[in-house]
Amino acid sequence: MSPVADGPLLSVRGLGKRYGTQTGCLDVRFDLWPGEVIGVVGESGSGKTTVLDCLSGRVAADAGRVEYAVRDGRVVDVLRQDESARRRLLLREWGIVHQNPRDGLRMAVSAGANVGERLMALGARHYGEIRGRALDWLAQVEIGLDRIDDLPETFSGGMLQRLQIARNLVTGPRLVLMDEPTGGLDVSVQARLLDLLRGLVVELHLSAVIVTHDLAVARLLAHRLIVMRGGETVESGLTDQVLDDPQHPYTQLLVSSVLHP
Amino acid sequence: MSHYNFAYLDEHTKRMIRRAILKAVAVPGYQVPFGSREMPLSYGWGTGGVQVTASVIGPDDVLKVIDQGADDTTNAVSIRKFFERTAAVRTTTRTDEATVIQTRHRIPETPLRAGQILVLQVPIPEPLRWLEPRETETRKMHALEEYGVMYVRLYEDITRHGKVAQTYEYPVLVNGRYLMRPSPIPKFDNPKLDGNPALLLFGAGREKRIYAVPPHTRVRSLDFDDHPFEVEHWERPCALCGAQDVFLDEIIVDDKGGRLFICSDTDYCTRRQAAGRASGDHP
Repeated sequence: MSPVADGPLLSVRGLGKRYGTQTGCLDVRFDLWPGEVIGVVGESGSGKTTVLDCLSGRVAADAGRVEYAVRDGRVVDVLRQDESARRRLLLREWGIVHQNPRDGLRMAVSAGANVGERLMALGARHYGEIRGRALDWLAQVEIGLDRIDDLPETFSGGMLQRLQIARNLVTGPRLVLMDEPTGGLDVSVQARLLDLLRGLVVELHLSAVIVTHDLAVARLLAHRLIVMRGGETVESGLTDQVLDDPQHPYTQLLVSSVLHP
Repeated sequence: MSHYNFAYLDEHTKRMIRRAILKAVAVPGYQVPFGSREMPLSYGWGTGGVQVTASVIGPDDVLKVIDQGADDTTNAVSIRKFFERTAAVRTTTRTDEATVIQTRHRIPETPLRAGQILVLQVPIPEPLRWLEPRETETRKMHALEEYGVMYVRLYEDITRHGKVAQTYEYPVLVNGRYLMRPSPIPKFDNPKLDGNPALLLFGAGREKRIYAVPPHTRVRSLDFDDHPFEVEHWERPCALCGAQDVFLDEIIVDDKGGRLFICSDTDYCTRRQAAGRASGDHP
């Protein structure tokens, strides 16, 4: 067993980001363990996406420390590694699912090429094998195999999101960052996507950070929750605990704001 | 002649360009930025090639200029005249006689030899340009050797057309490191880039880049293991000289659908015809 196998996969301490005088996020701290899914919830502008962007390196954090245990057991300093190391990490170990699938997909090339891109970036040079892997993954995310040569333009919103997930998971990442993965989808499509995600997380032993404003999504997918408001963490704990017995007034407001039909 | 510095460019400019060329030779396939000058011809007509040629040519050199394989088209004639006037160098149409060859769109059929310099005119030097619009990003991709996206393009071609449909500017990997756009030569000429004994210089005037393939450098055309790189083939030989394994141009000869396939390399074709007439092999 490698020396850090007992430790968390991702360890975030004191993460902070300011946009001028505005606070993006402040002193965010959490540990993510292998196979665990953490939900980050809160209203719009609460800093959820900033946390995710700081982790993925899309925006540069001002403060804090993020440590990640790579496959071979080394622990890397995510915020202070150089760009080539960061891009390698994103390619080999992480996956990023954007809220708008158009941000995460190449809309001008076929679904098969979209799924195969990360494989080719990692050095796959056999067309038939790349295509075979793409077919496998389209089946896993329940996209018809006859759609492999179609452009994403012709896909529905739910299919686009599933295609984006396949594109990320094809290289077997260990950590997936998801920003509102069900945003903009109607409820039945959402339910199907949630089912799919839940299955994949268990099956592939994925760790994930899921940002969402939808408490139902958080309850279904996340093991633990972080509740954010105004850039700060107001409450964190096991999902059931936070949602069924909210302690902080803001969490209580959030939970009581959900409509029950 | 006396109104110009030798080969038109002033000596400081030539030195700057030679430095860029040296760097390009030292890092095969890497695009070296240089201070491209205004030349007395318009962009797209070979301003990059002309500047490279002007910087490497000496009074004893013999110059050949090719445009689409031909020595007698406007661009080739003009550039040849330009150097006759500004450098008073000897010019030729024969590939084997020339020491410096400036070319657009072709590498001559006659094999090049050590000591020759081939200067290629390049419109767009960046191989990743149509895949990634940001120059900052493409430079980063080169620096980090992130060339997966080029394979996405090949994948897409095979998916749609059953084969890689790119027939010119076919991307190559130089010396196992840099992805390079070999200027708009047909992919037929790609194998000639590999291990060529001559020095190959690429000049892009508008885009202000110079890159090089030094003699005997490995140049590999990108492909998939199960879809290997292939060059074009023609069913018939050249209608004029009978050459088999050369790049042919299609010439429409009447308005009833009549057409001829003839060598695109005029020097190669005329010399084969002359040799054929001498030996009586060809009509």
